[in-house]
Amino acid sequence: MKPLNSIVAGCPPSGIRRFFDIASSMGDVISLGVGEPDFVTPWHIREAGMYALEHGYTTYTSNAGISELREAICADLDRRHAVSYRPDTECLITSGVSEGLDLAMRVLLEPGDEVLIPEPCYVAYGPCVSFAGGTPVSVPTSGRDGFRVHASSVAAAVTDRTKAILLASPANPTGAVQRREDLAALVELAVRRDLYLVSDEIYERLSYGMPHTCMPALAGARERTVLLGGFSKAYAMTGWRVGYLCAPTPVVELAGRIHQYTMLCAPHVSQMAAMEALRNGEDEVLEMVADYDRRRRLFVKGLNEIGLSCEEPGGAFYAFPSVAGTGLDSETFAERLLLTERVAVVPGHVFGSSGEGHIRCSYATALPLLEEALERMARFLRTLG
Amino acid sequence: MLEIIEILRADAHASPERIAALTGLDVAQVRDQITTWEQDGIIRRYKAVVDLDRMREITGAEVVTALIDVSVTPARGTGFDDVAARISRFREVRSVYLVSGAQDLRCIVTGRSMHDIADFVAQKLSTIERVTSTATHFVLKTYKDDDELFIAQESDRRLPVTP
Repeated sequence: MKPLNSIVAGCPPSGIRRFFDIASSMGDVISLGVGEPDFVTPWHIREAGMYALEHGYTTYTSNAGISELREAICADLDRRHAVSYRPDTECLITSGVSEGLDLAMRVLLEPGDEVLIPEPCYVAYGPCVSFAGGTPVSVPTSGRDGFRVHASSVAAAVTDRTKAILLASPANPTGAVQRREDLAALVELAVRRDLYLVSDEIYERLSYGMPHTCMPALAGARERTVLLGGFSKAYAMTGWRVGYLCAPTPVVELAGRIHQYTMLCAPHVSQMAAMEALRNGEDEVLEMVADYDRRRRLFVKGLNEIGLSCEEPGGAFYAFPSVAGTGLDSETFAERLLLTERVAVVPGHVFGSSGEGHIRCSYATALPLLEEALERMARFLRTLG
Repeated sequence: MLEIIEILRADAHASPERIAALTGLDVAQVRDQITTWEQDGIIRRYKAVVDLDRMREITGAEVVTALIDVSVTPARGTGFDDVAARISRFREVRSVYLVSGAQDLRCIVTGRSMHDIADFVAQKLSTIERVTSTATHFVLKTYKDDDELFIAQESDRRLPVTP
């Protein structure tokens, strides 16, 4: 047989898989390894989905997505972030941010183009760049200053082949929220070196204390930014697979071209449900965010008390404490914690080498389980001495 | 501070220590605030939400609930208040509301049997002066009560580890 595609074959499977397999085979596991809300989609949104099914909204939609939904998304972005996109030419409904990310990379990159990715980062970033023929270049950040992305370190990694900077704020796995001035400095760098910015803002509604900075709302950013957003985290709609890509017309035009041939359209029922989410979901979003925020405080305080030092994460639903003090690498720590105390966490190195020495804990877990997990982790730490 | 009430309304058992950890407030501050609200009567009391149908399976003791709508002739000076207060004082009566619509008061009444409640309506409620009629609706099944769902809960369908 002739060899399969070397880029795909050369991409290792996600390091998360191994922990999934072990955790799935064990009973009584408290999982802090889940990267999605522990809420079920609010009932009125599910009910809108059922209504859509009952009334036969089971067809294709236009490639770009239902126009009312695009209008609602653009109006929402304008209202909350004062960033304006034209629903008809600058907004595309995607099957989640995952598709949006893939489209952005395929539209922006020529073979060999480099994309700068501050790490630790979501596991799909590097592979999506590679699949699009580009080269991911990681820019390490450090837990010592809350995983701030410094424009100077990003600038140091820029070469003649650099095409774009890809980042998320709030971020998975660190929960870090970038300061407005740091993002403004990145925009300035992008302008100076003529780079695109791909901003994954899937966690934007889950920001605690600090108002979210929407990348394209920064001066000079809009014309070179691809904004990726969605419904999964804010409205607890991960399984519906619906998100959006907003960017200047030439980018959306080409992204739409790939989308029309590969995805055709995002699921019709999910688009109808997303419309209901935007129209009537605000109260639930605020309730869920308040609930995450409380668990965040309790859990981060608990981690620090049992001896795992953890900066206050400003967003998402992850804590990314350091396990360096235990003398174990993150993989060993996570594996032993799972096998001895049945608490599943994700070792930090799967999110990039600068994640080594940390573990990702999702606090999107019921409060009693979070408290039990902290007790088990404390017991595990005592055995390490 | 309002977060304290939100947390207590969802879980009256939440300790000041836990509330402090959840809100980032000081434990002493939380304790003081709760005491103040208790003394002011803003927090009236703490009670459990019980699945009465399942309790009956265990204890065998029947509990019957009825919603009773009551028509009242209002009086000059007091309106419905004096009659509502009289009804409210019966121990069988759990809740009393003045409502809009065809009737005036809606009461929630519990008893050990339908007969008990029928007796209460005939002997006590309808004999109160200015009560002109009553309509009794027996509760056949409880699906949701005071924010609590008594229908099948949804289990956590998430995979144990996801990116």
